[in-house]
Amino acid sequence: MMLSIKNIHANIEGKAILKGINLDIKAGEVHAIMGPNGSGKSTLAAVLAGREEYEVTEGTISFLDKNLLDLSIEDRARAGLFLAFQYPVEIPGVSTTNFIKAAVNEKRKYNGQEPLDALAFLKVMKEKMAMVEIDQSLLSRSINEGFSGGEKKRNEIFQMAMLEPKLAILDETDSGLDIDALRIVANGINQLRNEHRAILLITHYQRLLDYIQPDYVHVLYNGRIVKSGSKELALELEEKGYDFITDETDLTAKA
Amino acid sequence: MNEDLDMLEQSALNDYKYGFVTNIDTDTIPKGLNEGVITLISKKKNEPDWMLAWRLKAYAYWLKLEEPNWANIKHPPISYQDIIYYAAPKQKEQLSSLDEVDPELLKTFEKLGISLNEQKRLTGVAVDVVMDSVSIATSFKEQLSEIGVIFCSISEAIQKHPELVKKYLGSVVPMTDNYFAALNAAVFTDGSFCYIPKGVRCPMELSTYFRINAENSGQFERTLIIAEEGSYMSYLEGCTAPMRDENQLHAAVVELIAMEKAEIKYSTVQNWYPGDKEGNGGIYNFVTKRGICQGDYAKISWTQVETGSAITWKYPSVILKGDYSIGEFYSVAFTNHHQQADTGTKMIHLGKHTRSRIVAKGISAGQSQNSYRGLVRTAKGAINARNYSQCDSLLLGDKCGAHTFPYIEVKNKTAIIEHEATTSKIGEDQLFYCRQRGIDGEAAVALIVNGFAKEVMNQLPMEFAIEAQKLLAISMEGSVG
Repeated sequence: MMLSIKNIHANIEGKAILKGINLDIKAGEVHAIMGPNGSGKSTLAAVLAGREEYEVTEGTISFLDKNLLDLSIEDRARAGLFLAFQYPVEIPGVSTTNFIKAAVNEKRKYNGQEPLDALAFLKVMKEKMAMVEIDQSLLSRSINEGFSGGEKKRNEIFQMAMLEPKLAILDETDSGLDIDALRIVANGINQLRNEHRAILLITHYQRLLDYIQPDYVHVLYNGRIVKSGSKELALELEEKGYDFITDETDLTAKA
Repeated sequence: MNEDLDMLEQSALNDYKYGFVTNIDTDTIPKGLNEGVITLISKKKNEPDWMLAWRLKAYAYWLKLEEPNWANIKHPPISYQDIIYYAAPKQKEQLSSLDEVDPELLKTFEKLGISLNEQKRLTGVAVDVVMDSVSIATSFKEQLSEIGVIFCSISEAIQKHPELVKKYLGSVVPMTDNYFAALNAAVFTDGSFCYIPKGVRCPMELSTYFRINAENSGQFERTLIIAEEGSYMSYLEGCTAPMRDENQLHAAVVELIAMEKAEIKYSTVQNWYPGDKEGNGGIYNFVTKRGICQGDYAKISWTQVETGSAITWKYPSVILKGDYSIGEFYSVAFTNHHQQADTGTKMIHLGKHTRSRIVAKGISAGQSQNSYRGLVRTAKGAINARNYSQCDSLLLGDKCGAHTFPYIEVKNKTAIIEHEATTSKIGEDQLFYCRQRGIDGEAAVALIVNGFAKEVMNQLPMEFAIEAQKLLAISMEGSVG
């Protein structure tokens, strides 16, 4: 098992957001987590990445047989956990290329590898650039500074390609993208899909799943996974809306 | 609750690597300031009468002044009678070569990374080193003199080139300019003098390294740079001081004169002892720096990286007198712990079509206060004057302060003045983003700060840029956990 989440509860500023999440993900699988706004989707991503505002009050998470909750943010990343941000931040004056090079070499160091020299790095970069259809000029600019929404998301996927994570969590990567940008980003993600890598797609809308076929779909509502199924579940949600699940859940809760 | 924020707030010991004291016999005079002391200084330096008269006039004026209090800084009153105004490492009079410099002094400067040995220097940098009140040595003097460049201590210039000194000393920063400039005029003990003749492009960087060593002393140096028509020179200065519990005063004056089509590039990496993390000790760095673009098409460019000093009070300025002349000011001021900086520039547009550019970056950490203060003035005759100012502040943690005081006085309708200012915090989001990519907190802060300061760092000459980047990294040590 690559990732095993058991009964995770998490708070922010004393408010309970996650109320007992259970989820197992194996290498090679693509899981989609869907749910209405405020259901806890992004919180789950943040807890996995180790964001410190969130306090885990109960439960365990194992990642590649390690206790994930014991690892620092950077060690989680170096061990192979990647988060594609919903809102990638701008860092003025820091070139995207240098930033990614620093990240790649930190990861190599953690895994006992020599750092890549400039030439080797450039070679890898060229390959991956083609894969995710990102332009060289974007990479010489400061990280995300003045990037369009689509460019920011493409840059996230490019970083994913460069860092070759074991587990990639994509937090609403489809949000704010027009249809062309969505296609390019989805295509990049599909290129990066393989039997060694697990992908956790967090999304509000079904439309991303038209391009990336998940193996499993889970519906998150009020801090719990209330329904799991195959990709057909996503289509059913699209058709009927979240109400058909949330009403059911609320009724069950009352009963 | 939040580790990132704690990391920013935690201000562990700042490793000041230049805080050692050199044990060397020092020739000092008693504490205190009066006409007798000034006469003694002048006599020790074997100065001509006109110089002493100038000093005494400045002293008389200074006595009438009050210490300025408009800057955004706080410090206990300075007792001017408790300062030693002259302290000189004892060594043989009149060195004929560098081999005669006290080995202890050579060792000191080697330790500071300044090699006085010309053979050992790979880069084309000539250096004048000033310890406490006197210039110890100047390298590459002969080679420079072959092309007519005069590079020596100001004391030597007073002896050997009195006509130049007389003509220009106090011409840009008059002794009556301000409290500290008047004090400096009365008691200055040494400094550097550069003269670049007409049409000469100075082939190496000229630099001065200032070192305070003696206890209870103040350093009052004076630098005078004259670039004749069509000449070019790049000048660098650096400075350090031992760690001491008491505050030491450094009140310098720098004057630059650029004639028609001449260009002076003046770079500073200021690393005076900043005091300890509780705010004890450190240098009070109260400095007046000003240049004048005397002729048409002249250019003066100031670049400063300010990381040291307990208090910095400094506004390197340009008077744009010649038509089409250009003034530039690029600054990074980093304050940590209890440091205070009130720094900026003045761009005085007098000539037609004059242009100025100000890029100031303030970075505050710990409980420090960092202010940008700048004046852009365009006179009535400054037709089509242009200024662009950009002031950015970056806050590390939430106990420090960043302030911006821009003054703009426009007396000409054709002038175009632009001012942009931003204040940002190193965001939790930025740190989290870096850490999620495997870059740890300290490296992430360094990355973000260096990115923030990049535009200014790019202005520094290569050898200096690397040193400045290291310095910034060292100064930041301990500002993150």
